[in-house]
Amino acid sequence: MITLDCLGQKCPLPVIALAKQIRNVGIGEKVRVLADDPAAANDIPAWCRMKDQEYLGSPEANAFEVRRVS
Amino acid sequence: MGVPAGAAAYMDAATAVPLHPVAAEALVAALADGWADPSRLYAASRRAQQLSEAARAAFAEALGVRPDEVSLWSSGTQAAQAAVLGGLAGRRRQGDTLVHSAIEHSAVLHAAHRHAARLASQGPGFSTPSVGPGVGNGTAIEVGVDRLGRLDLGAWDEAVKAPGVALASLISASHEVGTVQPVAAAADYCAEAGVPLYVDAAQSIGHHPVPPGWSMLSASAHKWGGPPGVGVLVVRKGVRWISPYPQDDLYRPGATGALDLPAVVAAAASLRAVLAEARAEAVRLSALVDRIRERVAATVPDVEVVGDPADRLPHLVTFSCLYVDGEALLHALDREGFAVSSGSSCTASTLRPSHVLEAMGVLSHGNVRVSLHRGTTPEEVERFLSVLPGIVQEIRKEAGM
Repeated sequence: MITLDCLGQKCPLPVIALAKQIRNVGIGEKVRVLADDPAAANDIPAWCRMKDQEYLGSPEANAFEVRRVS
Repeated sequence: MGVPAGAAAYMDAATAVPLHPVAAEALVAALADGWADPSRLYAASRRAQQLSEAARAAFAEALGVRPDEVSLWSSGTQAAQAAVLGGLAGRRRQGDTLVHSAIEHSAVLHAAHRHAARLASQGPGFSTPSVGPGVGNGTAIEVGVDRLGRLDLGAWDEAVKAPGVALASLISASHEVGTVQPVAAAADYCAEAGVPLYVDAAQSIGHHPVPPGWSMLSASAHKWGGPPGVGVLVVRKGVRWISPYPQDDLYRPGATGALDLPAVVAAAASLRAVLAEARAEAVRLSALVDRIRERVAATVPDVEVVGDPADRLPHLVTFSCLYVDGEALLHALDREGFAVSSGSSCTASTLRPSHVLEAMGVLSHGNVRVSLHRGTTPEEVERFLSVLPGIVQEIRKEAGM
């Protein structure tokens, strides 16, 4: 799993970081995004839906986990 | 911001519609004729009184209600908040719960927050302050929507039939994504539960019919081509409404103090004109919106066109572009002469993403709402569709996407 520290970044920057960095993990592996922009909680799951990746949820405040499935 | 690169094209009708020619004419006439206070005992006052009554009668006829059910307010927001707070105050003995959809206009949500505010008097050591009816210590229950932005009717039914519900509030169609709400079905559930239904019809009046069954309905002249600063609230006979505000000497529901009578007259005249052409305009604008929905999806990669594609307002369409900053997109479109709005957080006064997009679970960044009006031409829409893909591509390129 890789962790992307996007704290302090405004949307869409955390989603852009996720889209770029997810290529660096293998299929089936996870990416954790740390983001405190209020739009991240909405836009990271929406990105997963649009780009056919699996949203795993928010294990803690300002953290969002995604599994690369395609 | 400099001179736009193309001819200016105003496409933010959901915020404000340019003044209808009939409204402009009526406004000028009423400024000369309706300046007096209508409540005095001289000729100029009687003339103002006549204009005021004629305007009220015109609203009543246009909305299919009785003139004495119509009250006038100084904005759509004020009318909406009077509906919520006055409706709650009128049903205090039955309960203190407000049920509302998650996609109400922020005017309604602010009224709901105020109703549900926990007063300091509840903490230890505080005395109970004297507050007006409908202010604080109540309960607000939010009912969600699906991915298309349509009310969850099952959850609505459960919520309104719970004990202690004083009022239910439902927007007639989403002001952000255009999805028409199941007002008739929601009204049936409210009737079964004996709960009055308030419908915020600001986006629908003049564009799309609102089914009957509601107890209160509000609208805003600004959204149909009347002047800004006129809100209309209908409270049906038999619905108990108590003013949440201090009253004046007139003892009639409505804003206290002097109304902007020339604006009210212009609003009434334009509503009649707008309704007369509404059916034809809905067909014309709906076809333009279909064109936008299809072309945006086909020409802009990684875009999500949101809201119900069929059961929607005729004039409004919303889409979100992945990896695009909403503010940058609005500025770029403004430079090309296009006035549109956005539900993205970076464009909001609150710096939060749109509560409507959040409730639907759709992408909130890179969001654009396009809303058309009677002055919108097919050429404007074509030019918008031709410049949009390049603008989105340029912003993405700058972001390294």
